[in-house]
Amino acid sequence: MSATMIKEFRLPDLGEGLTESEILSWKVAVGDTVTLNQVIAEVETAKAVVELPSPFAGTVAALHEQPGTVVEVGKPIVSFEVDDAGSSNGGGAPAAGDGSAVVTSANGAPSASAAEAVGSPAKREPNLVGYGAVVEHSGRPTRRARVQATAEVPAIPESIAVPESEVAAERPRSTPPVRKLARDLGIDLEVVPGTGPGGLITREDVQNFTGAADVPAGIAGAPGDRETRTPIKGVRKFTAAAMVQSAFTAPHVTEFLTVDVTATMELLAKLKGNRTFEGFKLTPLTIAAKAVLVALRNNPTLNSRWDEVNQEIVQFNYVNLGIAAATPRGLTVPNIKDADQLSLRELSSALTQLTDTARAGKTSPSELSGGTISITNIGVFGIDAGTPILNPGEAAIVALGAVRKAPWVVNDELAVRQVMSLSLSFDHRLVDGEQGSRFLADLGAILSDPAMVMTMI
Amino acid sequence: MLTDQAGKGVRHDAPGPEQSAHISLRTGGDLLQLVSPEGERISHPEFDVWVKDVGDEQLCSLYEDMTVIRRIDAEATALQRQGELALWPPLLGQEAAQIGSSRSLRDDDFVFPSYRESGVAYVRGAHLSEIARVWRGNASYGWDPQRINLATPQIIIGSQSLHATGYAMGVQLDGANTAVLAYFGDGATSEGDVNEAMVFAASYQAPVVFFCQNNHWAISEPVRIQSHVQLADRPTGFGIPSMRVDGNDVLAVMAATRVALDRARKGGGPTFIEAVTYRMGPHTTADDPTRYRDPIELEDWAAKDPILRLRKLLEAKGLLTDDVEARVKAKADAVAADLRSSCIGMPDPQPLDVFNHVYSTPNSWIERQKDHYSRYLSSFNQPVEEGAL
Repeated sequence: MSATMIKEFRLPDLGEGLTESEILSWKVAVGDTVTLNQVIAEVETAKAVVELPSPFAGTVAALHEQPGTVVEVGKPIVSFEVDDAGSSNGGGAPAAGDGSAVVTSANGAPSASAAEAVGSPAKREPNLVGYGAVVEHSGRPTRRARVQATAEVPAIPESIAVPESEVAAERPRSTPPVRKLARDLGIDLEVVPGTGPGGLITREDVQNFTGAADVPAGIAGAPGDRETRTPIKGVRKFTAAAMVQSAFTAPHVTEFLTVDVTATMELLAKLKGNRTFEGFKLTPLTIAAKAVLVALRNNPTLNSRWDEVNQEIVQFNYVNLGIAAATPRGLTVPNIKDADQLSLRELSSALTQLTDTARAGKTSPSELSGGTISITNIGVFGIDAGTPILNPGEAAIVALGAVRKAPWVVNDELAVRQVMSLSLSFDHRLVDGEQGSRFLADLGAILSDPAMVMTMI
Repeated sequence: MLTDQAGKGVRHDAPGPEQSAHISLRTGGDLLQLVSPEGERISHPEFDVWVKDVGDEQLCSLYEDMTVIRRIDAEATALQRQGELALWPPLLGQEAAQIGSSRSLRDDDFVFPSYRESGVAYVRGAHLSEIARVWRGNASYGWDPQRINLATPQIIIGSQSLHATGYAMGVQLDGANTAVLAYFGDGATSEGDVNEAMVFAASYQAPVVFFCQNNHWAISEPVRIQSHVQLADRPTGFGIPSMRVDGNDVLAVMAATRVALDRARKGGGPTFIEAVTYRMGPHTTADDPTRYRDPIELEDWAAKDPILRLRKLLEAKGLLTDDVEARVKAKADAVAADLRSSCIGMPDPQPLDVFNHVYSTPNSWIERQKDHYSRYLSSFNQPVEEGAL
């Protein structure tokens, strides 16, 4: 056999106090030859999406985790087959600590306890820069004054006795070596009766407890059977922050208008049969997006921004039209630059491209920034109306409801028509009810009779 | 003119408040540039003389240093992603500012860096393992400051400007002609420490150079929010002459630094240099700049890349031969390999090492704590006696 050996790459702490990261994708496959520092994977931490460079030159022997898996820091994620002698890793002794190369030879395997200590998330402290991941404390209250309850202490007058609850909240008393022993053995000290002075849990207590099998299931069993707890991170965390910021800085007003869009649906059918639109994806969203852009011409106030820092109102003389998109990684609102300059054909292909890119998770940061107004198409979920929250920094957002057949009064008689609800939220700091209402009325007028565009451009 | 003033002033000749309205402390124009982003040499009547000795060989050598420190930066970033370094503050984009300034220094000058000046440490002669070990968490210090006249990197924003000023005041008392240089960033100019340092440096006309690398971002805070005037206009309020130079132009940085060091040596007091550059990477490996920075801004600055600019100048001069290219690449490869092997092969510190170097002389309190801690550590390997806490 040639002189090769297997080396593992353990997931490192990629950013000052992180406990886990999600594997987004592998850039290599088993059997691939990799060079030192070649990008092998993309992972998402609580702070950033980063690329992992290979620590070795060699061949990929195994990928231990699937894309989409959240991996604890210190767990092996990939194994390499590398030359025994001329390892590109510098040839020095492998360093201890998380993420270092660990040689899994017969006597080189790390002990279970050492691996446990490396992977233990509870030991991380808040980091230097101050915005690192918040560690979830696992049933370990912070240290507080010890409660003396030893027999030798004279009886305390009842009035100043320590409340029962506080005694219960105290961490079980033990010494650090005993705590480590318990952790190594996988024993929860909360359920170990202490026989030492003041209820101190001794080494013997822990060792004796190892044999005790009848642990009440309610205490020792996994706590997660009836609920699943997912750490708040990535896009979810970002979305939450953006929504909170928007909802609590911009006073939102939402207006509704239900319109008869039969004429628009007829127009859509006509355009689909038109040869110039062959190969283009036309939907109610296409027409509604165009209608929003036309309606903005007479109501530009809705295409503006409140600049708190400079105490100025920014009126955009262009429209970067944001479209809310549900992607595998969560909600994103990419926008179409200078959408007001586009023809219906161009707008149609821009919308198709934008949604395809977003669904593939390949939207670039520049496509996500600089939006001036947004549309959210809740109709695709069969929903009629809602009170959308503004994309931060924008003055208005339109929610498009589902198009459905409904009884409608036409020429004083009931008729079955295609009807759609429009919901408009706007920032009342910049947009008054009058301007918002006029915009929504114009939008409704176009969708109920597209010929009305003639009066607006 | 600035160069005529250099060396003439002594402490009591410093302009008093009554004169301050009549002197212009800003020199070199709005942005001193000797090499354009397209790599053309721009002639400057006042500053050309300060780099006239920089010949072909030196230009190639500056190019080598800049390329090597960019490679150190890339390798260290990879080592962090591989779990071999706990953290790394990238210097990508600031190569000209760091090389142009540090290559202007004499060996006996003393430098007080922030945490991002790994390129300066390389030029001053720090070993690669010394640069890496603090970021690996293996030691609380990198190198012996007295050996290379470079203080250990300061993590606290801007406080090294006070250390530099104090050291410079000491140089004055010694009557030496050593100069002192403090590195800090744009964010540090908003800190009290830097402002206090400028007060003392001006009052005592201390031989210190405040070298500010304005890389435009204090983590996620853009410089335009921090200062409504150019950073080079801040020190003039303290009566400190200042220059604003293109920090991606290694020759302009050298010229300005040499002017400032010369003034310091000749008793002309402190100088402030704003080197206008750009942090092209994240603040540290724990940061994601795409969350707060427009990618278009990065593209704009990529067009002004300091190494690319010097390359173009060398190409225009016909200096960038295959031989030079091969030599620079070999050097960068060797340095990167050295950084990697010395980082990975580094022995872990022992728990009791934390007590070393706290005091320079034996100390009973530390000895007692060390004894307690060592007994505590050994208790992990022995059965614990009942009741022992």
